[in-house]
Amino acid sequence: MIGIEHYVVVSAILFVLGVLGIFLNRKNIIVILMAIELILLAVNLNLVAFSAFLNDLVGQIFAMFVLTVAAGEAAIGLAILVIYFRGRGTIAVDSVDRLKG
Amino acid sequence: MGYANSLYLTGAEIGLSLTGLVLLLVTAWTGRGAARAITIAAVAALFGALIFTGVLLDETMTGLAGRAFGDLFTVDAFSSLAKILIYVATIGCLILAPHYFERHGEYRGEYPVLILFNAVGMGMMVSATNLMTLYIGLEMSSLASYVLASFARSDTRSSEAGLKYFVLGGLASGIILYGISLVYGFSGTTSYDGIRLAFAAQFTTGAVFGMVFVLAGLAFKISAVPFHMWTPDVYEGAPTPVTTFFASAPKVAAVAMLVRIAFEPFGGETGGWQQIVVFAALASIVVGALGAIGQQSLKRLLAYSSINNVGFILIGLAAATLEGASAVLTYLAIYVFMTLGSFAALLILRDPEGDKLTTFADIAGLATRSPALAWSLLFLMFSLAGIPPLLGFYAKFVIFQAAVEADMIALAAIGIAASVIGAFYYIKFVKVMFFDDAVDTRRFHAPAGHWAVLAICVIVNSPLGYLLTPWFGRMADAAGLSLFAFA
Repeated sequence: MIGIEHYVVVSAILFVLGVLGIFLNRKNIIVILMAIELILLAVNLNLVAFSAFLNDLVGQIFAMFVLTVAAGEAAIGLAILVIYFRGRGTIAVDSVDRLKG
Repeated sequence: MGYANSLYLTGAEIGLSLTGLVLLLVTAWTGRGAARAITIAAVAALFGALIFTGVLLDETMTGLAGRAFGDLFTVDAFSSLAKILIYVATIGCLILAPHYFERHGEYRGEYPVLILFNAVGMGMMVSATNLMTLYIGLEMSSLASYVLASFARSDTRSSEAGLKYFVLGGLASGIILYGISLVYGFSGTTSYDGIRLAFAAQFTTGAVFGMVFVLAGLAFKISAVPFHMWTPDVYEGAPTPVTTFFASAPKVAAVAMLVRIAFEPFGGETGGWQQIVVFAALASIVVGALGAIGQQSLKRLLAYSSINNVGFILIGLAAATLEGASAVLTYLAIYVFMTLGSFAALLILRDPEGDKLTTFADIAGLATRSPALAWSLLFLMFSLAGIPPLLGFYAKFVIFQAAVEADMIALAAIGIAASVIGAFYYIKFVKVMFFDDAVDTRRFHAPAGHWAVLAICVIVNSPLGYLLTPWFGRMADAAGLSLFAFA
């Protein structure tokens, strides 16, 4: 029987994968954008699973909000990436070094 | 609590969003020519929101709180006072913006529009009494901020700042959201009051995780150590008017939101978050002070200074008392004027060809080039360092007083000791301006608006500012009290 704890564990794994994807990735900024989406997916899974478990609709409504905002966030992220590419001609993670730190 | 009342309570946000949408259409049709007119319209809208919020503050000073849209949105003395600070800071930033961008031929009407949407988001953040409102407000403000950071499109440093801010901001939002999902799962509700009741009945390990995730994500947004690493880069890379904005208004909003979330939904579990806040406070003060010492870039230095200031603000929060909440608001108000003034001075600092002067070498001997600017900066730096009789001293005084009254004497003592390290680089400013020889002796030409903002900030920070403290203290106390209405 698949219970709430299975969903929470899968979601935790997805979340950790997303965070690792941001920090361990040395290649491409697009991969970082995908990792952010993965984090948001983990959250949505959590919200929907809890919503079903608690028999409460708020979690599902919240998940819709997260989906909407994630779409906007991805659009803005890609737009900034396009400007960056125009200026620098590359989207390699190692090239993001104009500002030290 | 009818629908009309809900609309009335959210009037400032609704007005600002409608103005923003109309101005966006105007921008789309008129192109670059009308950018200045759009800025003036945006400032007028913010003034309107400011007055409206002042009226709401007057109504809520007695402790009454207005709840809108089924408790999603609350108007009390705390949210109204925070919003007033936010709108004042935003107006200051809008006045400082056009001149800078026009010199590079990059001023566009979208700039004030984005700032307006940001202001709407910030208003929602401080008024949120439901995790859903909190999330929407936070994202509304953050998404506009990412675009603002990369606003100077032809400058690769600006787009890099935008990219870094986007990635790390997105991560922070993800962490907050994950925390929210856990809090929802373990309390069964997203409303602040409901969470407090549920946690009072049962505070499980999962709920602790949720709370820590939410607080960590918020620490990211206020750039508290150990989540501060994006701040110097973004502050340096973003165009200076945008940096001015980031250092003032969104910081007020994020801190106010953190204070509300710590005292309302997590108010019953003070012991759970107090240690985290104490650690973040001390680490921010020390890292902010030490990190600034070797910096040559003035913008990076002010970024570390803002990390340092966030540390002091968190001491007020760590006290977890009514006096602490009131001290946080007082500090924020004074901080807004110190920051706006410093950045206004930085924006005036440019040679006649319009090249930016941004390092210590450029301000050498400023006292002979422009005595007014040098003395203003001297006042602001001494105020930031907390040297009496300037108002910055009062800000630190109320914070430490709150900490001592809450029996956190060790915390206050370490904070005071660390603030001495910070004084080093503020005084370095003064040394370079007054005692080094000027390389260049030409004078500065800045529009009257810049000087006006600088003058107001200097007057507020001078000993004359103490005349305002009884009046502001009364409002801050009422605001602090409204956070404890539930307890």
